[in-house]
Amino acid sequence: MPQVTRRDFLKIGAAGTGAAGLTALGFDMAQAAQVQQSFHIAGAQETHSVCPYCAVGCSLVAFTQQNANGTRRIVQIEGDPDSPVNEGRLCPKGATAMQLATSARRVENPMYRAPGSDHWQQISWDQMLDKLATRFKDSRDATFVAKDAAGNTVNRTEGIAFAGGAAFSSEEGYLATKLMRGLGLVHLEQQARV
Amino acid sequence: MTNHWRDIKNADLILINGANPAEAHPVGFQWFVKAKLDPKRGPGSGGGAKIIHADPRFTRTSSMADIYARIRTGTDVAYFGGLINYVLQNNLFHDEYVRNYTNASFLVKDGYSFKDGLFSGYDSTARKYNIATWAYQADDAASSAFNDAHPAAGGAVALLAKRDMTLQDPLTVFQLMKQHYSRYTPEMVSRITGIPQDQFMRIAQLVGEMGRPDKVMTIVYAVGLTHHTTGFQLIRSGAVLQLLLGNMGRPGGGMNAERGHANIQGNTDHAISWELLPGYMKIPAPGQKTIADYVAQSASKKNDPRSWNFFGTNYRKFMVSLLKAWYGDAATKANEFAFDFIPKPGKNSSWMSIFDQALKGQMQGLILSGMTATSIGPDSNRVMDALANLKWLVVMDPLPTTSSEFWRRPGADPKSIQTEVFMMPTTHWIEKDGSFTNSGRWVQWKDQVIPPQGNARHDHWILADLFNRVKTRYQQQGGKFPDPIMAVTMKYGNPTQPLLDEIAQEINGFDVSTGKRLASFALLKDDGTTTSGDWIYTGSYPDGSNLMKRRQGVQYPVANDPTGMGFFPNWAWSWPLNRRVMYNRASADLTGKPWDATRPGIAWDVVQKKWVGDVPDYPATGPTADPNSSTSWLPFIMNGEGVGRLFSSGALDGPFPEHYEPMESPVKNPLHPSQSEDPVVFLYTGGSGSHGAVKQTFGTPDQFPYIATTYRLTEHEHYVTQHVPLLAGLQPKPFVEIPEKLAAQKGIQSGDRVRVRSNRGKVEVLALVTKRLAPSMIDGQEVFTVGLPIHWGFVGVSAESDPSKGANWIANALTPFVGDANAYTPEFKAFLVNLEKM
Repeated sequence: MPQVTRRDFLKIGAAGTGAAGLTALGFDMAQAAQVQQSFHIAGAQETHSVCPYCAVGCSLVAFTQQNANGTRRIVQIEGDPDSPVNEGRLCPKGATAMQLATSARRVENPMYRAPGSDHWQQISWDQMLDKLATRFKDSRDATFVAKDAAGNTVNRTEGIAFAGGAAFSSEEGYLATKLMRGLGLVHLEQQARV
Repeated sequence: MTNHWRDIKNADLILINGANPAEAHPVGFQWFVKAKLDPKRGPGSGGGAKIIHADPRFTRTSSMADIYARIRTGTDVAYFGGLINYVLQNNLFHDEYVRNYTNASFLVKDGYSFKDGLFSGYDSTARKYNIATWAYQADDAASSAFNDAHPAAGGAVALLAKRDMTLQDPLTVFQLMKQHYSRYTPEMVSRITGIPQDQFMRIAQLVGEMGRPDKVMTIVYAVGLTHHTTGFQLIRSGAVLQLLLGNMGRPGGGMNAERGHANIQGNTDHAISWELLPGYMKIPAPGQKTIADYVAQSASKKNDPRSWNFFGTNYRKFMVSLLKAWYGDAATKANEFAFDFIPKPGKNSSWMSIFDQALKGQMQGLILSGMTATSIGPDSNRVMDALANLKWLVVMDPLPTTSSEFWRRPGADPKSIQTEVFMMPTTHWIEKDGSFTNSGRWVQWKDQVIPPQGNARHDHWILADLFNRVKTRYQQQGGKFPDPIMAVTMKYGNPTQPLLDEIAQEINGFDVSTGKRLASFALLKDDGTTTSGDWIYTGSYPDGSNLMKRRQGVQYPVANDPTGMGFFPNWAWSWPLNRRVMYNRASADLTGKPWDATRPGIAWDVVQKKWVGDVPDYPATGPTADPNSSTSWLPFIMNGEGVGRLFSSGALDGPFPEHYEPMESPVKNPLHPSQSEDPVVFLYTGGSGSHGAVKQTFGTPDQFPYIATTYRLTEHEHYVTQHVPLLAGLQPKPFVEIPEKLAAQKGIQSGDRVRVRSNRGKVEVLALVTKRLAPSMIDGQEVFTVGLPIHWGFVGVSAESDPSKGANWIANALTPFVGDANAYTPEFKAFLVNLEKM
């Protein structure tokens, strides 16, 4: 006997008509909701994500549609019913993840603030990364210790620190560790400490 | 977590300390409720699991609990200590487990002692312990015979300890422990914690039942335990209780940390931590010239002939494979696999040190990636002064933060702040793929859903690009020791835009000669023929496919959860080796039968001669796996003892957890008033640059009579949600929760504006007068606690719409710049304040 999946069951339940579904208003609310939902995500592509907030690790299903210029936009994010962690449920934060994903409040361009300045200045990525690479090298050269007072080889950069990484992917974090250790950093910290 | 979210449904008793899962991890909390509603679970004859919530504040978690105990913040060592004492005094511990699966039988050196709040070996000038006496009695003859018979690979020699399996010798861990905890009487627990004695006894009776082999308890905690100067020992005392009750390694048991950020676990594993390398290897120390020196000082030694000591024995293989992953062809046998390239810190370089060094003018640049130092604190005013003392600051974030905007915060004069600030807009989680590791160690891959907004860039592309530009400058201009920079492997299709899939493969690791990805860390070698970026993730992406993408979940519950225990082995992947419950050999008795047949972790199949169930934390087959063999390993394979540690020489502030008062406390420690605080607390005793000496910043109860603690709300996550209008609408304004009786004394009503001060700073927020907080009787004295959610600052939707622009909204302006001796985690959760109506 084929197994009926939880998702199939929800579909059957939502699509099921008949007297039992009729309300006092004379129409089937569940069906109306389903129709409205179908319009909303009609033709949408389903992709899988994980909630960006706490570390329960609720799986998300994101529905996207194609824009005229070929890019995709999110039309809906909901809990993934297949996940053994959340079984489709989300909290208020996860349920509003769309407002975090796409926001007019985002910083969309690199911004530079000069010493003593009272404003941001928009610059290109190239300018920003070049400027920072120069600062990074200067600070590394100024604070690099090859051997400590006892003559031990220590090869460390004392005057630069990196902190972060509880919000980005593990692979990004691994690369950050590898590159920062490669540049000699000893001050390397993450949200786990605090 | 030793276990995982869904596993909490398997518990009979759920102890929650320093956590509020119903509000902070609401979707995870469904598994607590499932246990409560399951008639098969629970103490006695069942009828549903019981929940005990110990917390200073009555929360929605408390409302679902069978017992809510109002505990004073930071006193959970006394609470667990009282439970340990009750279990020991009434012989309620799991005897077979304690005897065979813990170090209860190990003999401790004769010089060990504990008196007047100090363990033996204290040096008051250095504020440090000499831990020589916190060690096992060595069996020298047996050790040398054993070492002769087993030539050590990679320097992992044995240091065998003497044991007394009768547990009668006064120097056994068991007897010393009984003596240590005898002081934690219900009366003393009540004096310290404020929990009434009769209520404490009801808790103790329920907990005491959990030593039966057919019952199991879980302990769940969060930063309410870690954010203390005694944080390490707060957690250890829970683990000690779990070992006594025989609950470690079992489904429904364990020590389970609820983590607070989507990938805080994954990037702890990958060691964005000053003292670690990926996979929880130690950072090398100055003076270690070779890998052999490093392994000898870092890896645990075998303390029993039947201890596998898996981590210690294989440390060298994991280290060499990491060096090969990082430095590729530049890491050779002849140059100790480029061991010199790894930077070796000379002193503590943890979070608070970054700002301490900045204030002292030693730190020039700081990169903050998805982490806002100013809001996080502790002592945010000190942190802001520190940022102003940097030459340059980089903020990598999709949205403005209090750190990116610190130079123009309300009241600041931008002209006086010379720090150059680089705001680099990064992509959100949904604009890139890659994996997140949840609290339960489940590594779940996510897809890229939409392209980056505007000109935002991925964090790893920014870092790779920056690295390559720095490298080019060294190639063109020379500079200090460029060799490691030249050697770092960047074998990606596009070295400035690596794919996360490529990096995931690098983390998993390869066989260098065949180029194939490895299926297990058991295949790693110490001769340079294998690579692995993080050994605990080896097997996540074997030669076939990326197992983190697997999606066989509850759509077919019977097929996808074959044991019925909720492991779902083909949903994503969990480290290590897809094991869902760590230390699971301890879920079965000496003969390999599960302690509770209805809740098996793993079981020895006598016909097939192998372990079945979860992925065993043990060899699966063979003479070291067979419980009937005299050469089978002891159950805890990762440490030198082979058994769980009731006594540990690994802690810097005591081999047994001891209650110490927070640095700021309204009372002296009732156990030993002469040594009230932890004597080796992580404290900057010297001056700290322009912001003054830390020791001058502690407040005293005469000026700051109320305890304060901090926490999260359901509708916010740290600070980023200040940019989500729907959530800012649900929880729009910062507040301080004040107990009714204190509010009445102060003439404060809900909605009044209130100024809360510590000796470090102030916040000006609304009052929320509440029944959720209430006074406690602490050592005969009525003590009030107030509570502050942490989420607000001078950036975001709420601040913009407020006349004050959020000028005094950062809760961490109040918190002290002091931390735990072992973990260096600041004491965010217990400090002293005063408050006044504005």
